[in-house]
Amino acid sequence: MAEVLVLVEHHDSDVKKVTLELLALAGRIGEPAAVWIGPGCSDEARATLGEHGAVKVYVADGEQYIDHPVAPAAEVLAHLVQQATPAAVLVASSADGKETAGRLAIKVESGVITDAVDIAADATATQSVFGGSVVVQSRVTQGTPIITVRPNSAAPNVAPAAGERVDVTVDLSPVATLATVSSRTAAKKDGRPDLAEAAVVVSGGRGVGGSEGFGIIEALADALGGAVGASRAATDAGWYPHQFQVGQTGKTVAPQLYIANGISGAIQHRAGMQTSKTIVVVNKDAEAPIFELADYGIVGDLHSIVPQLTEEIGKRSG
Amino acid sequence: MNIAVCVKQVPDTWAEKRLQESDATLDRDAADGVLNELDEYAVEEALRIAEATESQVTVVSMGPERAGETIRKALSMGADAGLHIVDDTLHGSDAIATSAVLAAALKAKDFDLIIFGSESTDARMSVVPAMVAERLGVAQLTFAQKVDIADGTVTIERVTDTGFDTISAATPVVVSVVEKINEPRYPSFKGIMAAKKKPVDVLTVADLGIEPASVGSAAAWSVVAEFANRPPKAAGVVVTDEGDGGTKIADYLSEQKFI
Repeated sequence: MAEVLVLVEHHDSDVKKVTLELLALAGRIGEPAAVWIGPGCSDEARATLGEHGAVKVYVADGEQYIDHPVAPAAEVLAHLVQQATPAAVLVASSADGKETAGRLAIKVESGVITDAVDIAADATATQSVFGGSVVVQSRVTQGTPIITVRPNSAAPNVAPAAGERVDVTVDLSPVATLATVSSRTAAKKDGRPDLAEAAVVVSGGRGVGGSEGFGIIEALADALGGAVGASRAATDAGWYPHQFQVGQTGKTVAPQLYIANGISGAIQHRAGMQTSKTIVVVNKDAEAPIFELADYGIVGDLHSIVPQLTEEIGKRSG
Repeated sequence: MNIAVCVKQVPDTWAEKRLQESDATLDRDAADGVLNELDEYAVEEALRIAEATESQVTVVSMGPERAGETIRKALSMGADAGLHIVDDTLHGSDAIATSAVLAAALKAKDFDLIIFGSESTDARMSVVPAMVAERLGVAQLTFAQKVDIADGTVTIERVTDTGFDTISAATPVVVSVVEKINEPRYPSFKGIMAAKKKPVDVLTVADLGIEPASVGSAAAWSVVAEFANRPPKAAGVVVTDEGDGGTKIADYLSEQKFI
């Protein structure tokens, strides 16, 4: 059976959840083989990948992979595509992931599909485009299918495999190291999950009324172990940092549960969240278009409803 | 310095978008075409850098004839010249072909700095800047929330999930900028009038030395096998708060096993 390469997303030695989801999808097409680029591939990390189906773990270790973004990773993958002739290459739909996939596509003369939400055994990808209003089935017709996949597109599978370490050495081209990282700055760590990966997202919009109003949104998110999002109206007003914007010009999320508070539901916002599995809406305007998406909605004032909900969750899970 | 800013005409951000039944490409006639919102930040950044360094800014766009409006918009903001690649054979081109066309057009002009918006609001792939950098063999400095230039070195802050990375490279470089890097200016009346007289070169695929058969729908390396408009969501339960709205949501979340 042909290998299916999965580029591992990791933070130091921790494997991100999206990688385990990609291994599950890879298993449908062929034999999953993880590709770890950069330092930090501990035996524990490799065991995690093995437990989730990775038959092999290719490891390209070295500081050069974190000192120079994107281009070196594409060279490693191109090397492996030529050597292992995989049935497909799966990459997470992060900024780095998509750019790596794009560069790889040119290097190995293959088609690339981005932002898949599902993949079939024949590597046909399902995409949800135009903010989820159109569902597309796409296929790569040239070369090795290179597909980037959104987080939360599949459930991780426990499918124990060998996870055999195979070290890979690639001589990077001078072009791959032209751009150099001089420092990394961490945003204030809030302890919440990444917005794109979170299983629960609690968002606030114009109805929140101001930056201090986001306190109750954050409290609800914390009660549910979720991430905080914001509509463009809220980020444009400066009530919440821009990187938390959900929408057409912000992040696209598809969590298990999305709670929209004081958000009217203009297409700008819907485009970023309407494929969420369950949607709960709180808005004082019964005519707000966001109610069209609601599995459950309450017409009323979020300033009393949200704290009551947070308190109720505390009671029930306490 | 010689600066290029690559822009795309897209359907109005606030409009509903549809694929055409005939060839599964975006129905561009169904909505007004506008300058891709993220590209407005790219144009503004190019103009600011040009003003500080006495550089020339060329607006580059691939697209049908009416994408010329988008080039004029950028010229009315203050760019100096335009380069429009128009060719019927380009219809339905994928990112691979688009990057080949843009790279060919850019290569001919020896730009020091090539600036893109970080994504288009229609396709949203975010891969073309990286692909163009790959094809030109120059450094990519993408997803920038800040761009500084000193002594031929470009330094950016690349937005990451956890903060930002500071990255630099010597020119020539490809940069992409994120929303909110700056506040794009509105074209002044004077700017709009001046834009009408600014030069816009119009080139075909053949002018760039690219085989017409290598671009467009037929040459794409991926195809849409089928598509369907998402059926409207089944109506959910909506109730009016009577003082127990929070408790009611908690009941619903319990039923659904979220708590």
